[in-house]
Amino acid sequence: MTSRASGDQPRTMVEKIWDRQAISRGPDRPDLLYIDMHFVHEVSSPQAFDGLRAQGRPVRRPDLTIATEDHNVPTDTLELREPTSRLQVETLRRNCEEFTITNFRLGDERQGIVHVIGPETGLTQPGMVIVCGDSHTSTHGALGALAFGIGTSEVEHVLATQTLAQARPKTMAVNVTGRLGLGVSAKDLALALIAKVGTGGGQGFVVEYRGEAISALSIEERMTLCNMSIEWGARAGLVGPDQATFEYLRGRHFSPSGDQWAEAVAYWSSLCTDDGAVFDEEIELDATAVVPFVTWGTNPSQGVALSGAVPSPDEFADPEQRSAAQRALAYMDLAPGTRMRDVAVDIVFIGSCTNSRIEDLRAAAEVLRARKVADGVRLLVVPGSMAVKRQAEDEGLDEVFTAAGAQWRGAGCSMCLGMNPDIVGPGERTASTSNRNFEGRQGPGARTHLVSPAVAAATAVAGRLASPADLDVERREELTAGEVR
Amino acid sequence: MMEPFIVHQGVGAPLRMSSIDTDQILPSRFLKRVTRSGFGDGLFVAWRESPEFVLNQPTFARATVLVAGTDFGIGSSREAAVWALQDYGFRAVIAPRFGDIFRTNAGKSGLLAVELAESKVERLWDYLDANPGALITIDLERRTVAAGDGFEEGFEIDDYVRWQLLNGLDEIAITLTSGDAIAAFESQRPRIKPRVLES
Repeated sequence: MTSRASGDQPRTMVEKIWDRQAISRGPDRPDLLYIDMHFVHEVSSPQAFDGLRAQGRPVRRPDLTIATEDHNVPTDTLELREPTSRLQVETLRRNCEEFTITNFRLGDERQGIVHVIGPETGLTQPGMVIVCGDSHTSTHGALGALAFGIGTSEVEHVLATQTLAQARPKTMAVNVTGRLGLGVSAKDLALALIAKVGTGGGQGFVVEYRGEAISALSIEERMTLCNMSIEWGARAGLVGPDQATFEYLRGRHFSPSGDQWAEAVAYWSSLCTDDGAVFDEEIELDATAVVPFVTWGTNPSQGVALSGAVPSPDEFADPEQRSAAQRALAYMDLAPGTRMRDVAVDIVFIGSCTNSRIEDLRAAAEVLRARKVADGVRLLVVPGSMAVKRQAEDEGLDEVFTAAGAQWRGAGCSMCLGMNPDIVGPGERTASTSNRNFEGRQGPGARTHLVSPAVAAATAVAGRLASPADLDVERREELTAGEVR
Repeated sequence: MMEPFIVHQGVGAPLRMSSIDTDQILPSRFLKRVTRSGFGDGLFVAWRESPEFVLNQPTFARATVLVAGTDFGIGSSREAAVWALQDYGFRAVIAPRFGDIFRTNAGKSGLLAVELAESKVERLWDYLDANPGALITIDLERRTVAAGDGFEEGFEIDDYVRWQLLNGLDEIAITLTSGDAIAAFESQRPRIKPRVLES
């Protein structure tokens, strides 16, 4: 919250950013919004570049455009063996050369998932409007940017004009009171929130996450929360910049430096929602009531506490939700009443733009230290960027993972989306730190349970859905049994 | 440039499911094309394995209007989900609510996304079940959906999206007419905003 000049109408952060970035306001046309940074990847861009060529149009601002290769790339080799993936990546490379766009290619030390490299290089800053042909662009909102996903036609529009015609969004505040408990993560908060509001709960809104619990989150935790905004229908989610934001940004490659730093901090500080500003809608959440959460179904709102059980479709009053639950249970091969902790998994995936940053890897390593992955379970740990990979290796986390029996990989989207060699097989069940449990998302017939990094790691050890606390209990029970003998 | 949409009449296909995400409409493994065409093969590919799936029934083989449950097109921003529907032959989708990015993508590519209240969609479903292969008429100029003798409902759509669809306009060309305003804005941008390339 921030003070304002007397006489000004109090405004939300989204309104402040919007007012500053709107070039024109016509009665016949939505606002033309200036785009400060455009992230590009290989999947949603080829047709956009083709469109430019067909019309003989240049890229207006190559200096405000950056590309990386993440969706298609393998994470265990630099070789793109699959011909269609290779074609898409090579097409991006050709397009970037032709239009003079910087591309962090596979093999480059700066390569990684687009939503990981933006913040970590300092390209994502408060008050910016950021777009990318990817729905999880909302991640960048953690630093106080207005960031949202767009389709390929809009990618072409931004390349050609550095703007987008956008209807002014409605604003929503998610007020999270209290603090998250020990062992409860931002991922649990996101899953609990989505279970409460449903996949369409945020439709048409840009959401600002606020309150004591949000202030207490690290910047990377805020990224996890903002990342999942799209999973409840919100176009974007953001958090007001604060001291933690400034500390995160200080010294990063593209962050302001020298005499520009103070100027930047002053500007960023002015962006926070004014006292008395009115949101179109507000919802309340009590952080102290949030517990480790997992999904049982085939959309991110079909979740339940890890300590809970698979619900019966009869529990849903709404006929649509009931039939969706029936379909989901059939696809997931789960019976109502099954305790979530009794669900055995084949694969555990730690990675994706939701949970592949250094804090996520530290949380997983803490659980896996001096433990082994259960027999028959495959654990994949995939850092979100090559920078995260280096940092993890400097801290020795890679050794913890490999000693536990995990596969330690290079950077990319990996098993999140079934577009590269990391795929979950038909009928296989996975605990995944990614963002979507849709049918077939991780591969045809794949069954996904969304979890936090700590729960993923504990699940890999237990062979069934588990929290780190569960492992400690088991260890104590083993020790007690030993004493009796 | 997209094909203008003014009035369309075609066979309606009822898809009685809600929260159909873009991974169902077009799984990611079909996203590897570098062209805008050819995505029809991947449309609802997992569900099309079942002979009972609505689009596998001969009556609906030439359907051009899909009538689906709420929150159609949630999830991934893949515009190829729209292209796949078009490639398969659809000109319009009717649903109570759409995923935000899907609805935008549809408007940019010339697929009409019509929002009708849940009760009206259910009446349409019932009508299509009772009259398999029946035609639905969508008039974008009048903003109406009609089917048979008894069904005619108005719908709301963003004026700008409607205008673009009716005229099949190239939005980039429209924006480029504001080139001076964009340049003026750029000259005022704060110096602290980052740039990838050093000039």
